[in-house]
Amino acid sequence: MTDQNNEHAADLQDLAAPPPLPGLRALFKPHRLVMMAVAAALVVWMAMTMRWDWLPEYAGVLLSGLWVTFLLLVVTFTLGFLLSIPIGLVQVTGPRFLAWPAKAFCTIIRGTPLLLQLWLLYYGLGSLFPGIPDIRQSFLWPYLRVAWPYGVLALTLSCAGYEGEVMRGAFAGVPKGELEAARAYGMSRFTILRRIWLPRAIHRALPTLNGEMVMQLKSTPLVATITVVDLFAAISRVRQDTYLTYEPLLFLAFLYLCLTGILVALFRYFERRLPTRGA
Amino acid sequence: MISWELLALSPPGWGGVLLRGLLTSLEVAAGGYIVGQIIGVFGAAGKLYGGPVIRDLMEIYTTVIRAVPEMVLIVLLYYAGTDALNNILASFGHEAMDISGMVAGIMVIGLVQGGYSTEVLRGAIKAIPPGQIEAARAYGMAPAKIMRRITLPAMLPHAIPGLANLWLITTKDTALLAVVGFTELTLATRQAAGVTKDYLLFFSAAGVLYLIVTLISNVIIHFIEKRARRGMTRPQS
Repeated sequence: MTDQNNEHAADLQDLAAPPPLPGLRALFKPHRLVMMAVAAALVVWMAMTMRWDWLPEYAGVLLSGLWVTFLLLVVTFTLGFLLSIPIGLVQVTGPRFLAWPAKAFCTIIRGTPLLLQLWLLYYGLGSLFPGIPDIRQSFLWPYLRVAWPYGVLALTLSCAGYEGEVMRGAFAGVPKGELEAARAYGMSRFTILRRIWLPRAIHRALPTLNGEMVMQLKSTPLVATITVVDLFAAISRVRQDTYLTYEPLLFLAFLYLCLTGILVALFRYFERRLPTRGA
Repeated sequence: MISWELLALSPPGWGGVLLRGLLTSLEVAAGGYIVGQIIGVFGAAGKLYGGPVIRDLMEIYTTVIRAVPEMVLIVLLYYAGTDALNNILASFGHEAMDISGMVAGIMVIGLVQGGYSTEVLRGAIKAIPPGQIEAARAYGMAPAKIMRRITLPAMLPHAIPGLANLWLITTKDTALLAVVGFTELTLATRQAAGVTKDYLLFFSAAGVLYLIVTLISNVIIHFIEKRARRGMTRPQS
């Protein structure tokens, strides 16, 4: 009976305060040591019995794919974030004729699959442009003939749609008193935005932005379907050349796991460096 | 300029193909969602009440599912998963099973959703005042009965926003099955567009269909949320 009670008490403690991240010491609990040993054995078994001889041969392709994925992530997230600021802002303070299209944009982007948006832009717009002679002769043509601008555009718009919603919430969530204080200081509307509203909103949105960035990373492999050679496409090439089922895909999952881990760790680092009072 | 007759429901038009694709998408989404919720209930229970090993295994499951792109998971589970299943069956002397695309799709979507729903349900269960579960324990209810009678009903209002979000994500995740050649709405659209060369029209039409699903879901979700929260105080915003 007492044992049960103790277990119960432990349960309650767990419910009240979940450990945010296991410390180094927590890693060396007996059951975790056993699990790590099992995992290590699994890795060794995989390294011994599976075929990994393709790795050195395709290292160059994989590295360039990794670079493309990284570039796509950084460029589209930055552009999407810049777009999301006006999209979020006009929904909070803007006039009706600006707020409504912004809301419609967010609804459409968030209501349809990214794969469909990507194919709509690539196949749809891509099939439209060659029919317009003015575009064929313009300096843009070399870019419109290849796939990556469509990938960048689709990912940027998707990012802007999702983040626009986040920024709308963040702008709306900044305490009114702070904005009133800024106005009382005689700041112009633009100065208020630059000095108070925007920094406070970004600060509030930071934890969510971390999730959005991970989501953006997880969206990048979709561009492989429109012939952009990112990490996913590089692995697809390995699969086609070697006829291997498991190894390349497991390796790919492992690589993405590492990338997500790095992103999360980076955001944690920056979040800790930012001064925060309360929540 | 726009040839609407391409969207006609009968064979010269492709509207019927698109609608069938939509139906397939919704079937996979519904099936995957249900599988995901079942995994989520057990996952959340395992994370909250399981032993240390189960807890860690669940943590690994949710971390991996949430960190690896859905598209990679779907390709991995769809190809490697069915292959591994057949290998296991073969090693036990059974004949290789021909797993239909629908079943594989539902399982894959379910496994992915299960990772997310574990987290949603875990959070919702933790939002229940602990006294309610303690009271059930004090009544001498068995853990399974507590789960069924107290925990699950009491956590539902807290879980509904998260679960609703998951449903919307599920409907959109089914589009990724197009990558492995499963003919749902997105792939059907691409086939129709490829044949007629009218890409813009068909992809826009499919977009409208997805949007309609989302908007109708939103209306239903709003209704369910209102019903689940009846009698509760409005959260301070």
